[in-house]
Amino acid sequence: MSLFSRFFGKEEGSGKTAKDRIIMVLMQDRADISPELMENMKRDIIAVIKNYVDIDEERIELDLEKENTSVALVANIPVLTVRRRKRRV
Amino acid sequence: MESRVIVVTSGKGGVGKTTTTANLAAALARMGKKVVAIDGDVGLRNLDVIMGLENRIVYTLIDAIDGACRLKQALIKDKRIENLSMIPTAQSKTKDAVTADQMIKVCDELRADFDYILVDSPAGIEAGFKNAAAGADEALVVTTPEVSAVRDADRIIGLLESMEKSPIRLIVNRIKPHMVKKGDMLGVSDVLDILAIDLIGMVPDDESVVRSANTGEPLTMSSDSPAARAFKNIASRLVGNDVPFMSLESADASGGLLGKLKRALGL
Repeated sequence: MSLFSRFFGKEEGSGKTAKDRIIMVLMQDRADISPELMENMKRDIIAVIKNYVDIDEERIELDLEKENTSVALVANIPVLTVRRRKRRV
Repeated sequence: MESRVIVVTSGKGGVGKTTTTANLAAALARMGKKVVAIDGDVGLRNLDVIMGLENRIVYTLIDAIDGACRLKQALIKDKRIENLSMIPTAQSKTKDAVTADQMIKVCDELRADFDYILVDSPAGIEAGFKNAAAGADEALVVTTPEVSAVRDADRIIGLLESMEKSPIRLIVNRIKPHMVKKGDMLGVSDVLDILAIDLIGMVPDDESVVRSANTGEPLTMSSDSPAARAFKNIASRLVGNDVPFMSLESADASGGLLGKLKRALGL
């Protein structure tokens, strides 16, 4: 959900929230993306990213989000430090 | 006319399956169709009280299936409307008392005498629902404009599709137009967007439904309340008439328009 829609969320009424929630829930139901599958995906993504940057694993958020008519897998991954790369001279 | 077996179902409990079954049965009968409503919820009998026929039960569907009586003996003729009958189920048995094959046989046997055979399905997605739906050609899915009910409707629609019921049509029940207008309730168009099946009716939330359940007289027998009109319209559409949707639509459209405007503005 964008900052704007959050900002205007109150004006829209809870009906809009209901619709957004159903769409999200059905996306999981229909695709059969279980919380377990999401966890597994999260674990694999963490493993890959850790090769490049130090991240705060506890604060990672991974969600399916609906933006207008499309669906996005949105990850919020707090980076602690970026690893120094070995550079060739 | 070829008779039609229609299962009324929802997934979630308490959204108005039995009320819908009773009202459509009465409305169809008033239109001159020969109708029987079957209570498919073995062990949790309800259709009899909603239709006000609870004192006339001698035999049940289960008795007929067990061979304790003939199917015709389990039929209760409604004395208020010509052409309307009901088959109650047993209150003491469990859902295992009927099999899918037995339901198919019962429905097929009734085709000889009735134009419309409406089966009131139990809530849930287990054997009870599957048995109730087994003998049906088509399905009516009842939902309310709530997250949980719409989610369960989606699940049930998937199951009905895999059972090759066709058409599968939607009834959105208990709409509160003022809440939809304020944007505090899902509108019919929202529900349709989400479930993507044909709409056959929308029924406003109406206190007269509670009163009719109290007295055991389906609204479509005598009332002209908004819900009664909505159910009569659904019955008329079932028969094949092209009936425009009620003014609820306008309440819905205003919410929808606001939503569209906001979306256009990127909000």
